[in-house]
Amino acid sequence: MTNRGGKREGAGRKAGSGPHGEPTTTMRIPVSQREVISDFLKARKQKISATQPIGTKLPALDPAKQYLPLFSSRIPAGFPSPADDHVEDRIDLNEELIRNPPATFMIRVEGSSMIDANIYDGDIIIVDRSIEASDGQVIVAVVDGKFTVKRLSISRGKVRLLPENPDPTYQPIEFKDGQELIVWGVVTNVIHPVK
Amino acid sequence: MRRSIALVDVNNFYVSCERVFNPELEGKPVVVLSNNDGCAIARSNEVKALGVKMGDPWFKLKDLARQHGIIAYSSNYALYADMSNRVMEILRQFSPQQEVYSIDESFLDLTGFQYRNLTDYGLQIRRRIKQWVGLPVCVGVGATKTLAKLANHIAKKNTQFNGVCDSNAMPDDEWDSWLSRIEVGEVWGIGRRLAPQLSDMGILSALDLKQADPATLRNQFSVVLEKTIRELNGIICIELEEMAPPKKQIVSSRSFGIYVSDLESLQESVTLYMSRAAEKLRRQQSYAGSVHVFIRTSPHNPKEPYYANSLTIPLPSPTDDTMKLVRATLWGLRRIYKPGYRYQKAGVMLSELVPAEGCQGDLFSATQPDSKSVKLMEALDRINRSMGRQTVKLGSEGFRQPWKMKQGNKSPCYTTRWLEMPIAHT
Repeated sequence: MTNRGGKREGAGRKAGSGPHGEPTTTMRIPVSQREVISDFLKARKQKISATQPIGTKLPALDPAKQYLPLFSSRIPAGFPSPADDHVEDRIDLNEELIRNPPATFMIRVEGSSMIDANIYDGDIIIVDRSIEASDGQVIVAVVDGKFTVKRLSISRGKVRLLPENPDPTYQPIEFKDGQELIVWGVVTNVIHPVK
Repeated sequence: MRRSIALVDVNNFYVSCERVFNPELEGKPVVVLSNNDGCAIARSNEVKALGVKMGDPWFKLKDLARQHGIIAYSSNYALYADMSNRVMEILRQFSPQQEVYSIDESFLDLTGFQYRNLTDYGLQIRRRIKQWVGLPVCVGVGATKTLAKLANHIAKKNTQFNGVCDSNAMPDDEWDSWLSRIEVGEVWGIGRRLAPQLSDMGILSALDLKQADPATLRNQFSVVLEKTIRELNGIICIELEEMAPPKKQIVSSRSFGIYVSDLESLQESVTLYMSRAAEKLRRQQSYAGSVHVFIRTSPHNPKEPYYANSLTIPLPSPTDDTMKLVRATLWGLRRIYKPGYRYQKAGVMLSELVPAEGCQGDLFSATQPDSKSVKLMEALDRINRSMGRQTVKLGSEGFRQPWKMKQGNKSPCYTTRWLEMPIAHT
């Protein structure tokens, strides 16, 4: 360092302290494109400076959640899979079988009195307790403290639980006056393995 | 404006859950016993009528049980938790503001529904829970949580209410006369310790407490009691807490089925408890900064010497890794273990919990958290979730576990396990 003039280290504005926020350089540009480039730089500046008050768009403080589909095909180079625009959630069995989750229970079936209703020994039935039982529905009833699956029949004031098996050993259960039928739930679906 | 806060709770919750899946129990005396089949923690009305109290030890009840055919179940928390979640989900449909207060109780803010008859609304809640999940509930409505609790108590004890009592809908003198018939110990927040002290001062009923001078009682007892008095007078001091804050501590402890004396059994048991606690820690996405381990002998056995000790072990850096947590716990256990005693209980506690996200790094380890351990724990949790608890576990938990809790008569996990579903005959 000397006292005789010339370049002084560290003098002047610091590189990057200008309106662009980074070091700049000079360059020749066609006069006709001056406006274009100047607009481009303005737009670019607005994007990078969060403190710019006018015309600035900030993200919402509490943005809504947005789930994006997972794209399954990789794109190292070349063409994306034409299916990527059509990705959807997989089919969920719960959606089809369970309409009202807190009121739905699964019960395993033993016995053959309901084979004509396609309910076989060992099947799992889906039972929705929120459905009001009515004539013709397959229900889970409580008979002598035990669960039983039968078709409910209400006709001319008579309440019966009907088996669905041609074998005459299975007989309907009749409810007399004063006897109370306890409905535990209404059967909506059967899960039956195909052997 | 007067608020309308409801307290909905399930009657004899554990017993009622057992009855949903075993209708034969209807009308019979049933109790559910605590861990280790120790004491009665839920009683059907038939059992209450026989004079059995909450917390009565089972061995003292055996004669009575034989005489009256009391049926006892071990507690089946998997079942009760699932049924509780169903109830809470249904209750959410009745108010946007809900505080789940315990496994079988929930506060609902019904102030926004005052344009309708809240007694009818309560009856609708009752009917829906009964039909959808088969459980009987009672509904109490009041201007504060304390009053809602009392209204619920009245609805439960007096059949003419059909299980629903709205104290706001009652004339003041009628409500006060109900309060005069309730012992002060039944008021929310008045414990077994406080009730006799208040009785000595002539405060015997809920009404006496309502009319007591809050400032005097605050000086003599605490600000909590003052709040209770204000709440009895309809001034809200305890707001609804809708969001359960993440737990600051996680405790896992159990009494042993048999007394144990050897270090090895103790090591197995605290490993198991710590594995459970670590699972919970990861579920709430926290790390623990320290572990605490304790052991004790039975405090109720005058013939044997009493020994209890505990130790807190700070961890070098917060973690949720079961293996690191267990290693620290076992190190602590070996320091407090003394041979020659017969231990009855052991437990662990995780504290200084911090959110897993944004956890401060450790100066001395290069990467934090260690990604291998994260993956291992994820795999462990996933396997145990899908294939049943305890499918994969640390070897130090042991395999025979002779010290494990007695659960003589546990009902099937009807709603949470494929192999234990209820059975219906066709």
